[in-house]
Amino acid sequence: MELEKLRHGTELIKRGFAKMQKGGVIMDVTTPEQAKIAEDAGAVAVMALKSVPSDIRKAGGVARMADPEVTSAIIDTVTIPVMAKARIGHFVEAEILQSLGADMIDESEVLTPADNFYHIDKTEFTVPFVCGARNLGEALRRINEGAAMIRTKGEAGTGDVSEAVTHMKQIMGEIRELKGKNKEELIMVARDIEAPIELVLETAKMERLPVVNFAAGGVATPADAALMMRLGADGVFVGSGIFTAEKPEAMAKAIVEAVNNYDKPEVLAEVSKGIGSGMKGISVSSIPEDQVLQTRGW
Amino acid sequence: MRIGVIAIQGAVSEHVNALERALSERGESIEIVTIKHSGIVPECDALVLPGGESTTLGSLLVREGIADEIKEAAARGMPIMGTCAGLILLAKEGDSQVEKTHQNLLSLMDVRVNRNAFGRQRESFEAELDVSVLDSPYNAVFIRAPAIVKFEDDVKVLSKIDEFVVAAEQGNVLALAFHPELTNDLRLHQYFLDRVFGR
Repeated sequence: MELEKLRHGTELIKRGFAKMQKGGVIMDVTTPEQAKIAEDAGAVAVMALKSVPSDIRKAGGVARMADPEVTSAIIDTVTIPVMAKARIGHFVEAEILQSLGADMIDESEVLTPADNFYHIDKTEFTVPFVCGARNLGEALRRINEGAAMIRTKGEAGTGDVSEAVTHMKQIMGEIRELKGKNKEELIMVARDIEAPIELVLETAKMERLPVVNFAAGGVATPADAALMMRLGADGVFVGSGIFTAEKPEAMAKAIVEAVNNYDKPEVLAEVSKGIGSGMKGISVSSIPEDQVLQTRGW
Repeated sequence: MRIGVIAIQGAVSEHVNALERALSERGESIEIVTIKHSGIVPECDALVLPGGESTTLGSLLVREGIADEIKEAAARGMPIMGTCAGLILLAKEGDSQVEKTHQNLLSLMDVRVNRNAFGRQRESFEAELDVSVLDSPYNAVFIRAPAIVKFEDDVKVLSKIDEFVVAAEQGNVLALAFHPELTNDLRLHQYFLDRVFGR
């Protein structure tokens, strides 16, 4: 076998990577020490960023890609995959993250968008991307641009899971509505939701998104994580919920166990005991409209 | 008969789906169960350890009490197939990456593995692979894949890339560094089922 004959960055490899994350918890971390805690707790991957979304929210200003030095240090510390966030449309930040060795890039509304019209052409990259979505049309547009994984947007940095619930139910509901429709009706749906026809047909046939679909944005407790799994998520991102909690290690471990036992209330009760208080949080309804993150992206 | 698929995390539904299709090709219909908790492994006749994240899988297998059940089942001769992270779990020893996370290994094969033998995700690849038990090349998908770098005499090598062993068997245990569940080529699932059905 000659090494030149190896094919890198194919759709199968990108989507396959996302499939290996299924049933797992991906945790936001800002330091190598936090990354180690996440790995020891059983995270399937970590998301390296400059500060957790709740701190980004407090700080205001322009939020950008994390310092490459920190991202590299996190990559060197853990054996599990390391993901990192780039601004919407900022393909150069994404290229930098790919060159650092990030295993997946989150083109994220948590950071300040760099392009007011276009997302990154993700097909040009060797590494896979995950993107946020609030509805089926948004999810399929991102997949069409090359996203190998979708996550709900929720409302990041709030500790309020309600928006993630809304987005997950919206996407699942729209997929259920495709059932029983014939081709011309599906073409009409594609027009309505501004999504490519081929992807609408594929989704209807598979009765699910063609890529892995995680929950994200406001997940703060083991029960929140289990709720999202019950609603059909393939896995869960936890952002601010772990390292702004009173006992991050206990919270991280409890959320991992909750995802593995999401349909067992007695186990969820057990793992939720003695883990200290969760992040304080802020209810989404009290956030001024200009500080809402989920409306970023198009 | 019953085939169990360890379902802690990772490419579980893909393996279940591939097994269902392979069984239907053979005209067999037997039960496939997914396993997240203890108590089910002893009631299975064969076992699949899917790919996922080996650190996570290893620690949850122990926390859930499944690890010891797999060891006992293997000792009784149950056919077991591990893919990617599953291959790591089957090994007796691992490289520094495996060591530093205090990875729980099942020690069912006398092999040493390198965890990300070919590199990170950007180095992940597809390749046409020669597998000794198949009569034509197999398109194999390697995702942050491990490889066997050292093995005892009774380990039978089925495929290699350079010096890395990427498919091997020892007794009742079959280990693949790649993901047969991600493609439509069912020949390796059929090879495993040949062992399960004793033909």
